[in-house]
Amino acid sequence: MEEIATNKNTGKPLETQEYFINMGPQHPSTHGVLRLLLTLEGEIIHNVEPHLGYIHRSIEKMCEKDSYTQIIHLTDRMDYLSSHMNNEAVSLAVEQGLEVEIPDRVKVIRTIISELTRLSSHQLWWGVFGMDLGAITSFLYGFRDREMIIDIFEETCGARLTMNYNVPGGLMFDIHPNFQKGTKAFVTHFKKKLPEYDQLLTENVIFELRTKGVGVLSKEDAISFGVTGPTGRASGFSNDIRKHNPYSAYTQVDFNEVLREEGDSYARYKVRIQEMWESMSIIEQLIDNIPEGDYKVKTKAVIKLPKGEYYQKVETARGEFGVYIISEGGKSPYRLKFRSPGFSNLSALNRMAKGAKIADLVVIMSTLDLVIPDIDR
Amino acid sequence: MKAIVKYIISIISALRTLIKGMAITGHYISHPKEIITQQYPENRETLKMFDMFRGEVVLTHNEDNEHMCTGCSACEVVCPNGTIEIISKRIEMPDGKKKKVIDKFVYHLSMCTFCNLCILSCPTDAIKMSQDFEHAVFDRSQLTKVLNKPGSKLMEGVR
Ligand code: SF4
Ligand code: SF4
Repeated sequence: MEEIATNKNTGKPLETQEYFINMGPQHPSTHGVLRLLLTLEGEIIHNVEPHLGYIHRSIEKMCEKDSYTQIIHLTDRMDYLSSHMNNEAVSLAVEQGLEVEIPDRVKVIRTIISELTRLSSHQLWWGVFGMDLGAITSFLYGFRDREMIIDIFEETCGARLTMNYNVPGGLMFDIHPNFQKGTKAFVTHFKKKLPEYDQLLTENVIFELRTKGVGVLSKEDAISFGVTGPTGRASGFSNDIRKHNPYSAYTQVDFNEVLREEGDSYARYKVRIQEMWESMSIIEQLIDNIPEGDYKVKTKAVIKLPKGEYYQKVETARGEFGVYIISEGGKSPYRLKFRSPGFSNLSALNRMAKGAKIADLVVIMSTLDLVIPDIDR
Repeated sequence: MKAIVKYIISIISALRTLIKGMAITGHYISHPKEIITQQYPENRETLKMFDMFRGEVVLTHNEDNEHMCTGCSACEVVCPNGTIEIISKRIEMPDGKKKKVIDKFVYHLSMCTFCNLCILSCPTDAIKMSQDFEHAVFDRSQLTKVLNKPGSKLMEGVR
């Protein structure tokens, strides 16, 4: 039983009062410029209110001026850790409007690079998650393995993060001759190194105590907040676009959708670790069977989409990313809307953090894997 | 009593997991070859970027100080953010005809997003991405560059 402090003069219990503090916009654990207005009583969180707008660049509005080829490079700058998937979503939406048949080679290459991007994103997340909990070592290990993937990208498309490798109708260039060799070398390397991640962090007693049962999100809440990606799957919400609405080469591969029931931070962590294994298995199935053919179908220099509405969703490392294009027949869209996974995932933060301590909020936020430019685009 | 035993067991298991983690650190201490840290900038001489690396846009010149840019402005149009400005002039040819050539190929490195669209759009492959990545300068104005070298002219036969 907690002892309640009393007023010495009156003998009555002291009044307690809710108070507010700002977490961010320059707080290291928000991984960007996110400001959270916390309502606290002591150290217990009563309410979390995210305030957005610190990194708003009006990308959707800019898209209304840009040509369809130019739009793709803007999506790099939203969820920069899933840049290839974002690019792919726009390309697929435009291709849907143009009604072009995409060569199998393009589909397979896009899928392999998507999975590599997912791996690199999860590796970075793993490193940063460790660091949020105070384990700097994991940061260095995550980045070590990520560097190999980034090198593969750099060799094939010239950019490390903001790749812009997709163009409407295919890819910007063909893959580098070393691509297959490098990818296979990476998978062999990472299969040996991924168990190290478990050894360093997953099985650590401090880590378990800090994540198990923290920030529980029920399946019902996950569905009603539209929480997708690994975060939703950790609550048992089956939402993998790769399974439910397969695009590119996901129809050809055999993989499991990782689901867990607990919905706590530990479950979200385990889902991502397991997803890395699945991604590697997808890559292994495809890497030796890249079909011959063109890396791009010829499109007109100035792409004009027929009047209409187009929607395409893909599974990024954070969840469902959607592109909704309304075209009036011109060379740029009349209106373009992105459905970003981070925005919906963030909306569930308040529900997950209620009643938790401030230190737990850092854990919860980190397992949501937020990328702020994606939320605030 | 039970509580004490439980407490001791939890300490032991905690120590076990810590040692497990430390074992990896120990492994890398005794296997320095597996550490991949690069000593930049000490390795400047040997550090080679991939051929595809998008460093910055350059206009290629041959030994005779000739480039292949016809001044068609395709790159200027395709650039999403106005990084490239083609300033052209008219010169009189020996046969009396007037011809449009570039006066200045202005490139604002500070605005470039390295999207590679300009390189793809160029009909004569006059521009390419260099592998230079050390862009830091002391003054922002140094990031605005004129890419055609002084006195350079259009290569023969390029149209
Ligand atoms: S790389 Fe892109 S942003 Fe840079 S100059 Fe070329 S078209 Fe413009
Ligand atoms: S660099 Fe190429 S695209 Fe640009 S103006 Fe010169 S010839 Fe035209």
